[in-house]
Amino acid sequence: MKENSDVQVHQVANELRLNYGPNKKFITVCAGTGCRAYGSLKVKEALEAELKKQNMNVEVLATGCLGFCEKGPMVVIHPDKYFYQSVKVEDVPEIVSKTVAKGEVISRLFYRHPETQKTLFREEDLPFYKKQLRVVFGKNGMIDPTRIDDYLTIEGYQALAKVLSEMTPEQVINEVKKAGLRGRGGGGFHAAVKWEGVRKAHGEPKYVIANGDEGDPGAYMDRSLMEGNPHSIIEGMIIGAYAVGSHEGYIYVRNEYPLAVTHLTMAIEAAREKGLLGKNILGTDFSFDIKINKGAGAFVCGESSALFASIEGRAGEPRAKYVHAVEKGLYDKPTVLNNVETWANVPLIINKGADWYASIGTEGSKGTKIFSLVGKINNTGLIEVPMGTTLYEIIYDMGGGIPKGRKFKAVQTGGPSGGCIPESLLDIPVDFDKLYEVGSMMGSGGMIVMDDTSCMVDVARYFTTFLQEESCGKCVPCREGVRRMKEILDDICAGKGREGDVELLEKIATGVADGSLCALGGSAPNPVLSTIKYFRDEYEAHIKEHRCPAGVCKALITYSIDAEKCTGCGACIKVCPTQAISGEKKKAHTIDNNKCTRCGACIESCKFESIIVK
Amino acid sequence: MVNFTVDGKNISAPKGTMLLEAIRSAGISIPTLCAHEAVSRSGACRLCVVEIKKGNRTRIVTSCLYAAEEGLIVNTKSDRVLNVRRLVMELLLARCPGSDVIQKMAKEMGIEPQTRFTVDTDKGKCILCRSCVRVCEEIVGVSAIGLFSRGPHKTVGTPYNEKSDVCIGCGACVYVCPTGHIEMTSTGDKRKIWGRTFKMQACTKCGKFFAPVDQLKFISKKTGASLNELTVCTECR
Amino acid sequence: MTKAMSIAAKTKQIVKKHGGDKSGMIAVLQDIQEAFNYLPKEALKTAAKAMNVPFSRVYEAATFYTAFSLKPRGKNVVKICMGTACHVRGAAVLQDKFERTLGIKPGETTKDKKFSLETVNCVGACALGPVVVINADYHGQVTMKKIDKIIDNINKEGA
Repeated sequence: MKENSDVQVHQVANELRLNYGPNKKFITVCAGTGCRAYGSLKVKEALEAELKKQNMNVEVLATGCLGFCEKGPMVVIHPDKYFYQSVKVEDVPEIVSKTVAKGEVISRLFYRHPETQKTLFREEDLPFYKKQLRVVFGKNGMIDPTRIDDYLTIEGYQALAKVLSEMTPEQVINEVKKAGLRGRGGGGFHAAVKWEGVRKAHGEPKYVIANGDEGDPGAYMDRSLMEGNPHSIIEGMIIGAYAVGSHEGYIYVRNEYPLAVTHLTMAIEAAREKGLLGKNILGTDFSFDIKINKGAGAFVCGESSALFASIEGRAGEPRAKYVHAVEKGLYDKPTVLNNVETWANVPLIINKGADWYASIGTEGSKGTKIFSLVGKINNTGLIEVPMGTTLYEIIYDMGGGIPKGRKFKAVQTGGPSGGCIPESLLDIPVDFDKLYEVGSMMGSGGMIVMDDTSCMVDVARYFTTFLQEESCGKCVPCREGVRRMKEILDDICAGKGREGDVELLEKIATGVADGSLCALGGSAPNPVLSTIKYFRDEYEAHIKEHRCPAGVCKALITYSIDAEKCTGCGACIKVCPTQAISGEKKKAHTIDNNKCTRCGACIESCKFESIIVK
Repeated sequence: MVNFTVDGKNISAPKGTMLLEAIRSAGISIPTLCAHEAVSRSGACRLCVVEIKKGNRTRIVTSCLYAAEEGLIVNTKSDRVLNVRRLVMELLLARCPGSDVIQKMAKEMGIEPQTRFTVDTDKGKCILCRSCVRVCEEIVGVSAIGLFSRGPHKTVGTPYNEKSDVCIGCGACVYVCPTGHIEMTSTGDKRKIWGRTFKMQACTKCGKFFAPVDQLKFISKKTGASLNELTVCTECR
Repeated sequence: MTKAMSIAAKTKQIVKKHGGDKSGMIAVLQDIQEAFNYLPKEALKTAAKAMNVPFSRVYEAATFYTAFSLKPRGKNVVKICMGTACHVRGAAVLQDKFERTLGIKPGETTKDKKFSLETVNCVGACALGPVVVINADYHGQVTMKKIDKIIDNINKEGA
């Protein structure tokens, strides 16, 4: 019986693979969030219509996110794998008649190397992709996430078949342990240790949960995995459930991700139909099923006990966790909670083996990590790199550096629990332990790059504002302490900072970190502490000199017009909401600082960069 | 029994005893505002934190929720502990400047208000310890009040701040409130609480108004006792 | 009267769909909001009874999660992303612009019930920053000029 299930999956996969053989002609269109916003679905429709019009029987796949969101919509023509970027509906007829029909390339649609100006034909030639190792995330580009058959062609559910036919639960746990898989959601806890704990814990039922409540601002890799390759998460969960002896699972998805919910729901239904989920999976004695729960807008629900409260139907307030979720989690039963990216790594470990997996990464952090590389960076998007890749490689080699030739200032990692890392530390290898050492965190993988126009006091204030709103309000240090930190930061940014404020912030921060009930409060001071640690001079400039060096804090800056650059075009006069700008046509304009609210409208409207912010 | 040390003193306590009780029974005082014997514990006020050492690892835990363990080394007066307590008191002083309970407590601990904080004027004496909400749910069993919104906007009250039709006017919430925030006024045969006025029952023996009629009805319904049996106050019973 | 009846009836239907017990609370509230564009008091009271949960617990959940609105919202909901990537690319400037243009602050609705303004702590489309989501449409790399255009378009469609 068990052997049959294994054969069954392999057979399906082999048949399907023939359909997608190396010479098969098909087109993939990235349908990730970014490309969708740039109109990729319209491009896909246009491609299908044009192919029909030109009588060509070529399939067009809407795939998950390819990562290079900066250059969307992206279209890849197989089997040549020509990588077209920033494709518009108007480009479609030409793509079909030239590239699809005759194999001719359209040079303007290729990516050009920004320095050498060389035309790059394929994904792997692009500097953005070259140093990446896309073993988890790369599969997004090969499948339509709404079709289970696509997933089966890329070895989908073969790890599950192998586990059910050849491995005991203990062997599965040992394999994951040997691989060294650590939680991708933030803390970096060893997955196998949790699994072992739940396997040994007393109490039934046992629950398996995927945390898809991606709350860190500036991070969207979990979204792209749930939308782009939902089966990889589901397969990981089934394997985990088999290992710990669970029959009931939940995927907790953020409210802001409706497409993820749709794709996960379709995937669960398709897996049930194929006997991969539900009663007697692949004909074995093992049964497991998954429900989806939607969040409702609460960052704190990424915290395990708050997440359980939310699934149980209550306000998402954490509780003191002196008994671990492994013993008392959801409904006080033994529970494995892992982040969706962690689950997506599991089939890979089973398929390729723990030794292969452990050969990637650093001493303490194995495998790859997906990061969202955003902010003031040329190549925004999602990247997957081996643990231990340096920040410099990520920001300059893959990210292509800072736009407009500006100067790098800091990279923020770890979300609101993390910190800002300065230029002097750019050569650190990125892994769980190293980031912690420098006062930040891995978090779920957000990397927000900041340049010299970002004010670090404003960034600290931003995170403190975020955390104050997202604090559940249960315990005093987090609810009241973060609020008071915000008040002080508000003052500093408004030019009302006082001598001793920085020291007071540090003192409050220590108390909040030590005294808070859950991890949200425990790590809430990190953005403040790390900016004080590395950018104390900016705090001093605000407090002592009433100056915002980055030109961000409105109360501390003035706008003026560079008479030499101003052509007197009048564009700024038109957009100024307070009529603060005056001047004759073709003569340099001036700004009345009493009326100016520093809203930035003139800066946006000026084509000659003549507005000076000081 | 488990054996452990607190501030260098050897202590033993029955297994499962929370550190707070175990430490207090050894004559060492620990401040707290939210741990009330009538209700389950939430760990909200954070005043009872202590530092524990297990092996090489030191950490801060809430003594009201952490059970005593064999071999634990507890420090109730470490710098970290005192720093947390000081911060909590400063924060509460700024939140509830009108609370004499908090002022007295701060004085005993030698803590002055932090002048850098702007004092609140809209929070009354409520520290959001949630004892009232818990007693209403766990002991009274009506859940008339709750904790609404979140973060700095969190408040205690009835939904929509309206008169609750499940409140029985029993006043248990007033009884457990550590700071005297909840207002309850009684005049003649009327009691006013949470914006609602309750009619009081006069004791059929001594004539004293002793309980809201709604509360007696609730007890009657819950216990099956007839309403007539309940119209005598506890002193006359 | 009939409207109140229909709110109660619809709510009961929603509670039933989610199994009728407390664990479905968040999903029930989501569906109520989907049905009425906000959480009417009547619906919350009905849901509490139907799920056999104290009204105060339902109200706790309804006020804890930011996705829920206790007030009727406008026909078009403008959500400004406040994620870190959008923040460093000038989300605050866009918020000011929307406040000026619509004459309302986040959490408010215009008098003509055409627009509601909301801020979201990251919509997860960070590469497009600054991002504004209007109803279900994502607008990337938004500028003040684009905002004028977007609002104009919606006003035209509505007319």
